[in-house]
Amino acid sequence: MKAPAKGYGSYGPNPWQQTSWDARAAGNFIGGGMGSGLIVFAALSLATGPALSALVLSGLGLVALGLLCVALELGRPLRAIRVLRNPRTSWMAREAWTAMLLFPIGLAAAAGVTGMAWIAAGLALVFVYCQARLLQAAKGIPAWREPLLRSLLVTTGLVEGGGVFMLTAPFHGVATGATVILFGALVVARFVVWVAYRRRLAGSAAPGARAVLDAAGRVLMFAGTLLPLVLMAVAAFAGVFGLPIAALAGLLAALAGAWAKLVIVTRAGLNQGFALAHLPVRGARP
Amino acid sequence: MTRWVMVADLRRCVGCQTCTAACRQANATPPGVQWRRVLDIEQGEYPEVTRAFVPVGCQHCDDPPCMEVCPTTATKKRADGIVTIDYDICIGCAYCAVACPYQARSKTLRPRFAYGTEMENEAKRRDDSRLGVATKCTFCVDRIDAGLAQGKTPGVDPEATPACVNSCIAQALSFGDLDDPQSSVSQLLAHNASFRMHEELGTGPGFYYLWDRKAEATE
Repeated sequence: MKAPAKGYGSYGPNPWQQTSWDARAAGNFIGGGMGSGLIVFAALSLATGPALSALVLSGLGLVALGLLCVALELGRPLRAIRVLRNPRTSWMAREAWTAMLLFPIGLAAAAGVTGMAWIAAGLALVFVYCQARLLQAAKGIPAWREPLLRSLLVTTGLVEGGGVFMLTAPFHGVATGATVILFGALVVARFVVWVAYRRRLAGSAAPGARAVLDAAGRVLMFAGTLLPLVLMAVAAFAGVFGLPIAALAGLLAALAGAWAKLVIVTRAGLNQGFALAHLPVRGARP
Repeated sequence: MTRWVMVADLRRCVGCQTCTAACRQANATPPGVQWRRVLDIEQGEYPEVTRAFVPVGCQHCDDPPCMEVCPTTATKKRADGIVTIDYDICIGCAYCAVACPYQARSKTLRPRFAYGTEMENEAKRRDDSRLGVATKCTFCVDRIDAGLAQGKTPGVDPEATPACVNSCIAQALSFGDLDDPQSSVSQLLAHNASFRMHEELGTGPGFYYLWDRKAEATE
């Protein structure tokens, strides 16, 4: 079915792509997940000094960039502060409250205050979890309301953050063996979750949504999983070229995750249309 | 207690869209925004084809997903079941729009006019507080409240009844109190087979569709 013109809704039973959230909303999930993941990896690497500051500030910058993206989507951006009013039931409000805590704690961590990096990492995890719940609470979109989407958004956020961590490893120099192994494990875990998520959509999401997800899945499998894992293995034996090769692996894993999220929001966001449980019975009966 | 609901008799609706026009006139919605839409659905293969006209809009759910996700509390549910939006609080994030399984919500960023430039009647009813925020069917809540204040009965007295119901040429749309067993909607539901849209999602829509006589539907 041809998608209706923007703002005009649809007029039939067939699902169509939602038009309320576009790439700006996806940007929030991409920036937020990537930034949060980077802050988590910064803490796990046990970095200190300028390296920790640079990593945490970069993570906060990505989170801020994501929030800026979504602010650009607001119909009334000057009222944005009201997003904090309903943490009782809204995951968007909870995400905003977590961000309000994450920024000062993250800045304290970047300033070198002892122990703050771990608290910031914890808040970053809460932030990315809020984002996952936020999207999954959108009941109108079958591909979003699938519960496994939560695990997918959390794991891909961590992989994307880990990817940026690996990408910048030649500069910060704090990529330990443990963080590299964790990154590899998360890359594998993300793909496993993706496969399970895609299977769960078999009976609920519209064929159009499944088709675009399959295409994104291929990107995630080759560019986001297999290639990074191979590159990481090669990097382990590449001597001085190890870091640049690992950086390339990180870049690919991060970009593939970001692409998958962009597709989920902007192309797999088909609603379920309208459904008649019964057709009207009129006139004479057979 | 009172629970306002709407009933659409799919056997009666002829798809004339008068309800759509009446809603637009009553609520001054801009071009492209229809709070009361009528779907034209054709189902089946020749020669077993059935066509149905299906009025849709906000279902004023018992458990509205739009209200749960709203970060600002702009969306609320009244004790009588009507789901409302406070345009002064809404930030226009459209989270409610993607959470609604009934595609009932719209957001208009800029003023839109039927013929490009603003006509006199459009200028008179222009309401900029509805720009950049979520809007949807209100069950004509102002009419209901004003009618009740005058001692009228919604669903019975036109002054207290939603515009779409008043305008329906085939009496396909009915409105009333589900908690009143004598109301027209309760009587219609008692004697006819009905369903609610996407009931499996657990939203508890306040919009019922009649499709057959009850006795014959159970045969």
